[in-house]
Parts: sequence; structure tokens; C-alpha cells
Amino acid sequence: MAKVLVVTSGKGGVGKTTTTAALGAALAQQGQSVCVVDFDVGLRNLDLVMGAERRVVYDLINVVQGDAKLPQALIRDKRLDGLSLLPASQTRDKDALTDAGVARVMDELRAKFDWVICDSPAGIERGATLAMRHADVAVVVANPEVSSVRDSDRIIGLLDAKTARAEKGETMEKHLILTRYDPARAERGEMLRIDDVLEILSIPLLAVVPESEEVLKASNVGSPVTLNNPASAPARAYADAVRRLKGETVAMVVPTERRSFMSKLFQRRAA
Amino acid sequence: MNLLGFLTRRGSAPVARERLQILLAHERAAFGRSDLVTVLRKEILAVIAKHMAIDGEKVKVSMDQGGDVSTLEIDIELPTNSATPALATA
Repeated sequence: MAKVLVVTSGKGGVGKTTTTAALGAALAQQGQSVCVVDFDVGLRNLDLVMGAERRVVYDLINVVQGDAKLPQALIRDKRLDGLSLLPASQTRDKDALTDAGVARVMDELRAKFDWVICDSPAGIERGATLAMRHADVAVVVANPEVSSVRDSDRIIGLLDAKTARAEKGETMEKHLILTRYDPARAERGEMLRIDDVLEILSIPLLAVVPESEEVLKASNVGSPVTLNNPASAPARAYADAVRRLKGETVAMVVPTERRSFMSKLFQRRAA
Repeated sequence: MNLLGFLTRRGSAPVARERLQILLAHERAAFGRSDLVTVLRKEILAVIAKHMAIDGEKVKVSMDQGGDVSTLEIDIELPTNSATPALATA
């Protein structure tokens, strides 16, 4: 049976889409079949981050409204066998997504894949609640910064109230991915520490993704960071996150960039 | 450098942490309670309606959170002769 995972945050710009693409690709790299679904109707970006923007023909709304069949709208990744994308619509508004229609599409996706990852829009409006509605597991993405932590707290409240699981009286499994973390700044007292955020939000930690140039490099070329540079620090953080989601026990570390002796030696000249 | 200057050099993160803890304690109470008041209002209305004819609009439930005590205020306006026959025979 497929697991449906929602990537959510409340606040925009904290790394939901980067995380969706990276988790989706990492799961596929570890042999799972995955569909990443963009729920950000009107402001779709997952296709761009995945490098599939020129292959979009039909989208989530077309499938929800019955104008296209699910297989017609799914875009299969050219680099990874098990990975597919269901893009959002760029032109329609989110009211075109009906509750019953979304429920039907989610059921179809569950039957086809091992994992369905829903990329939530920012905010706490209908788009965000629709994205989390059918989830079994939630990944809350936060930056170590006051406004992001506050918004994550609101989203955690919504996950416990507005999801199908919550309404049935079942518990909603929630995990935190802390992104853009800078261990040196946290050490100097300039940034909230991992413990601070965990104590405030009180949900288990899935991964710490360090601030890294690799994230922008990967989105520039339209490739999930785990695929673009698997040895990079963020890629290793996401790969570990996926192992934990699959039930493996992996020691929690904040990955750092590996630098060879030669690259350290020539760092200044190269820059 | 004075003592205050030395202390503040420890960084702004502890300030962020403290501000968040205070703010979220309030917000959790506020957002959690708003649902509770709706549920209470509905259930109180249902219990009273079993015995009296009351106007749903005339039931006010509010919750206030002070420093030490919280109060639950229930204000129900009853019409005259509101007892239903069910209650009269019971």
C-alpha cells in the first residue's frame, strides 16, 4: 500500500519544493516508485525544479476535472525510472480542485506508486489544506528563523485538525526537516539551534539540511539536488531522511561538504 | 566594554527562542480554544434544547484567559414560557 506524504511549512520560501524534488528523487534512487504532485495551483514550480517544464501537457486540474486520464498527465522522469511528476496548473485557480476529485486522484495514485509526495502551497488556505488532506505522513519544512518556526507551529495544528486521518481520530505522523541550517552560526548564538526548534515544535527530526550552494546549482539546471550531486551535503541529508522514512535507523548528523586536500589548497585561486 | 555589552555578545538566538516560546504559548491557547468554544456552544445548546425551546442565536459562550485564572462565560437568554411539554410531563 502506498504512503502519501505531504511536504508543508506554512511560510513560503523555506524549501518545500526543493525538499519534495529531493525526497522524490532519493526514494527513486533507492529503488522505490514515486510520484511527486504539485498542489501549488497558479504558481507551479515543481516542474521547473525537476527540469520537466517543457514536457507538461496535462495537469492535476485536468485530471481532477476528468479532462485527462491520470497516465496522460503523469510525466516520467528521464533520469530515474521510478520517478513521475504530476504538475499543477499554471493558469487555473485553486477553486477548480474539488474535494471529491482530489480524493479520487489520490486513490488512483495510491494504487500505482509506493510513495506519493504532495508539494503544498505556502499559506494555510484551501490549497494547503487540500494538499495535506489525504496524507499519511507529514514532513514539516522549517528554517531556523522565528517566522518560519511560528508558521510551522500553525501548520502542525492544522495537520492535527484538518486532515482525513485527524478527523477519523487517528494520529498524524509528523516529521521536521530543518533546512538552511548553519552549524557555525548556531554555535556562535546567531541562529536558533536544532534543539531549540525541536523543543518549540516538539515533533521528531527527520533531517537537517545545511545551507549550501548546491541547492541553487541544482535548481538552476532543473535537477533534484540528490541527483545533481549525490555527494553534496544537502543530498546526503535528504538520502538519510528517505532511509529513515523507509524505517531504517540512521545516525543523525548534520552533513558537511567534503573537500579534498587539493581543493582546499586551491580554494582561493579557484574562487 | 560594559557588562551588558558582554552579555549581549552571546548572540541573538536566545532572544529568538524566548520570543517564540512566549508567542506560541499564547497562539496555541487562542487557536486551540476557538474550536473548544464552538464545540461547547453546540453541546450546551443541545442539552438545553431537550428541555426548553431556546433560540440558538441567544446563546453566548466565551472564554477568557487571564494571568492566573481563565473564565468560561455562558449567557443564555430564555423566552418566557419556554418549557416544552416534554419537560412539563416529566
